[in-house]
Amino acid sequence: MSRPPGRKQENHKISRELFVLTYGALVAQLCKDYEKDEDVNICLDRMGYGIGIRLIDDFLARSAVKKCRSYSETADMIAQVAFKMYLGVTASVSCSSAAGNEFSLILDKNPLVDFVEELPAERASLCYCNLLCGVIRGALEMVHLAAEVTFLQDRLKGDAVTEIGITFLRKAEDRKHKRNK
Amino acid sequence: MAIFSVYVVNKAGGLIYQLDHYAPRADTEKTFSFPLDLVLRPHDERVVVAFGQRDGIRVGHAVLAINGAEVNGRFTADGKDVLEFLGNPANYPVSIRFGRHRLSSNEKLMLASMFHSLFAIGSQLSPEVGSSGIEMLETDTFKLHCFQTLTGIKFVVLADPRQAGIDSLLRKIYEIYSDFALKNPFYSLEMPIRCELFDQNLKLALEVAEKAGPFGPGS
Repeated sequence: MSRPPGRKQENHKISRELFVLTYGALVAQLCKDYEKDEDVNICLDRMGYGIGIRLIDDFLARSAVKKCRSYSETADMIAQVAFKMYLGVTASVSCSSAAGNEFSLILDKNPLVDFVEELPAERASLCYCNLLCGVIRGALEMVHLAAEVTFLQDRLKGDAVTEIGITFLRKAEDRKHKRNK
Repeated sequence: MAIFSVYVVNKAGGLIYQLDHYAPRADTEKTFSFPLDLVLRPHDERVVVAFGQRDGIRVGHAVLAINGAEVNGRFTADGKDVLEFLGNPANYPVSIRFGRHRLSSNEKLMLASMFHSLFAIGSQLSPEVGSSGIEMLETDTFKLHCFQTLTGIKFVVLADPRQAGIDSLLRKIYEIYSDFALKNPFYSLEMPIRCELFDQNLKLALEVAEKAGPFGPGS
């Protein structure tokens, strides 16, 4: 994270292992608390949402990016700038719909699953990194972009890559403009 | 060189944080004999000086206390109307304290929501599409700078007109907000900010900006 040089703060670096372990412990506890995979996924998504609505201001304050003028700019911003800033990896973006509102972020390396090989048999439909989906959804909502974010492919489930799908829903402002006309 | 105050307004136009940073204005207390050579008139909830400026008592100053007892709006501490009291020669000589009326927190809330509406009107009046709202409001005694984030929060800083570097100060305040308010799990979004660390770091940032003076912060 970049901080202005005037600030007299010790370099606060927490080890990545601790972060990955913390996340793993979180998912493990949720698995103990809930029987169904769907419940765990929903819980992770909700937690991620709570993080995302706060993280967006941190991202905007530190990266000082300008307002994105299109969905594809937004998806690029998430994949290249935000992922780099918070997870240290970048994702590649591809647009998967003619309407221009569905995008996929393909992650080669996912630091959260560094130490996980595959999901146990009884947790086959668990989305381990669903927190990330919630974070993206919450962050987008705070800049007035409603979106649905889900995992399309997951290496833990045997797919080749990890793919996060972002579908931008119709903006509420568009409806407002139509009413004024 | 001074920064007078900082206001933080949430998405709905409600004031969630306010800080007054200026030195307390000097009040003037003087003893008067009948007849009073100042012209006083009622204004809103107060009695203000309309004419007859002298010795540090300026037009616009409000009556703050009579004979040491603070007035309650337009009435003295014991319930009498101030103008009636001062019109009666039997009450003289009287000692009156005049000073600039400080905004109450209700007034600040009202002004913040009014500014929020004006900000929205500002962006709609623009001949260009997609214009920002009010960024600066200039008067002869202060400049008001406003920065709206992409998430809808507004940071408003009132400063001396010669003070430079307010833009970077506004961005710094945004960083401080995203650190000490948002990362505090016990702070709910859009609610008044009551975080000690936010206060401390904000005051530090204001001092740094003030020291830098008219040339802006060094970094």
